[in-house]
Amino acid sequence: MSEPILSVRDLVVEIPTRYGVLRPVDQVNYDIGAGEILGVVGESGAGKSMTGNAVIGLLDRPARITSGEIYLKGQRIDQLPINEMRRLRGKEIGMVFQDPLTSLNPLLRIGEQLEETILAHLDVSASEASDRAVAALEEVGIPAAAERIGSYPHEFSGGMRQRVVIALALCAEPSLIIADEPTTALDVSVQAQIIALLKRLCRERGTGVMLVTHDMGVIAEAADRVAVMYAGRLAELGPVREVLGAPRHPYTEGLMGSTPLASQGKARLHQIPGSMPRLGNLPDGCAFHPRCPYAQDRCREGDTPRLKTLDGRTACWFPVATKAEAAS
Amino acid sequence: MTGIVSIRGLTRVFDVSRPWLNRVIERLPKRFLTAVSDVSLEIEEKTVYALVGESGSGKSTIGKMVVGLLPPSDGSVEIEGINLFTEEDDDKVELVRSDLSMIFQDPYASLNPRWRVRDIIEEPVAAKGKKTAGLAEDLLEKVGLSAADAGKFPHEFSGGQRQRICVARALASEPQLIVCDEPTSALDVSVQAQVLNLMSDLKDDLGLTYLFISHDLTVIQHMADTIGVLYLGRLVEEATPAQLFENPGHPYTQMLLAAAPKMDGYGREVPPPTGEIPDPINPPSGCAYHPRCPLATAQCKAERPELVKHEGRRIACFRPGENALI
Repeated sequence: MSEPILSVRDLVVEIPTRYGVLRPVDQVNYDIGAGEILGVVGESGAGKSMTGNAVIGLLDRPARITSGEIYLKGQRIDQLPINEMRRLRGKEIGMVFQDPLTSLNPLLRIGEQLEETILAHLDVSASEASDRAVAALEEVGIPAAAERIGSYPHEFSGGMRQRVVIALALCAEPSLIIADEPTTALDVSVQAQIIALLKRLCRERGTGVMLVTHDMGVIAEAADRVAVMYAGRLAELGPVREVLGAPRHPYTEGLMGSTPLASQGKARLHQIPGSMPRLGNLPDGCAFHPRCPYAQDRCREGDTPRLKTLDGRTACWFPVATKAEAAS
Repeated sequence: MTGIVSIRGLTRVFDVSRPWLNRVIERLPKRFLTAVSDVSLEIEEKTVYALVGESGSGKSTIGKMVVGLLPPSDGSVEIEGINLFTEEDDDKVELVRSDLSMIFQDPYASLNPRWRVRDIIEEPVAAKGKKTAGLAEDLLEKVGLSAADAGKFPHEFSGGQRQRICVARALASEPQLIVCDEPTSALDVSVQAQVLNLMSDLKDDLGLTYLFISHDLTVIQHMADTIGVLYLGRLVEEATPAQLFENPGHPYTQMLLAAAPKMDGYGREVPPPTGEIPDPINPPSGCAYHPRCPLATAQCKAERPELVKHEGRRIACFRPGENALI
């Protein structure tokens, strides 16, 4: 594989609190290649968004990166001074957030917002900036872009607004887009439009995309590879077909089982007992062991299983597939 | 045959006009939003009737009218043969009301943070002046929590546990019909599975009827006995899950099912649906779906299709069952 656009190495994010240090992101490793969509999936509190925010340098204090490295196209970015990071953000890394209404300025016409971003990051004249703004809106499929450029965000519907946000993320031609739950606030039919748009842009421009979502269906359709997170740690990482089709981590298996599927019909859903532990109260060993049907002594105490030191696919001492092989 | 709930020609119009002084000065007409338009359906006892649709399709408005939180503008809702808004015998109204209950979407907003769980669960019964000793403890155990939780406050529970408390409260008055408005949308999948299983079990044990409102097709398919698909306040198709998911009849249903992400649809490329839900203040003439429908004819533009029987289901379309996805 050619050089990845984004490399995250052993990333640890910590939040010091009165009750001790919490680790919402704990030794996370992954790469995103050019034109690749990496899905990051997990339940609320699994550290999905925190990982994305760490990459773009938007961690809210007191959260901070305490160890690990982040490389963007080979350049280390986690220790950049604030000014340089600000230049990079928007230019090299675009962002799409969940709620399209709160990520646009309601008092500025969308054209002004796009031009502002283009002028800040590209060395172009004001008139070219406005041409580019129209082109960006056309690219994301907004009809009559030249007229709509003078509209305010409230004049657009939810789906159209999210297109504007994507245009905003794209207009400086970044090499990486971080999309944090881009379709969660949207209806099914609009969601399909936005996902198709992201996939097309990613393919045509070779932009790497980190798609953070909790919706396994969206991941299955959009992502090339998927990272499953649990309690701040990577549980499983691999090509989407393999991870969702033949999960090896018991947590991934449980997640897939608890999603109502067409083929299951009226049968009871598989349920993972309990809920995700709080960060201040993580169990020893594997964080999933209290809910895991296969937990053994090795899972309950001692080292935390890590993807990197195991097969690079599953952070589990006794992966599910191996068990099936052992039984046969 | 009539079911436990029978809804006829139900319509709800909201007045969304500007304040009257603005109207006078700016010479604006009154504006009305038709949230629900001429919906008729029956819910059989001990079944799950699911309403599905996108935002603005009127799902929640129907739910509110069924429990009597909103009066209908036109048409009627009869529960066990009683219309809550026109019945004059207060005792009968009271009786029907205690057979009704509701579970809401957001378990963080629907529990009073200053009340103990015991008080929250007992309120529907205590409000009628009935005895409540031990009731909360029983119900908590029924929904999979422990009796000791009755003395705690809502903030001490996780989202899934709170939704269990909401279920316990809904059960307190021993209702026949529970209106569930997006009961699992705010929950993670693994917790959603727990709550859905609990609701199925309770339905079987207690003989409950659910009006289940959701936008999530997979959840609907799992829970429903009958599915009603809403578009812009109109019922466009009513069928069983098997019929609907194997062979959707209405072009809108076909589009909705094709657009929904599939768990096994790796790298699936679907032509994304075109257009958006139109403005409910100025709905399109004729069939509300015709501007987006590939099968639309002049008749669709001019006349509004009635919901009629077609091959064991009900469809409001002039060309029912034709494939609109090619």
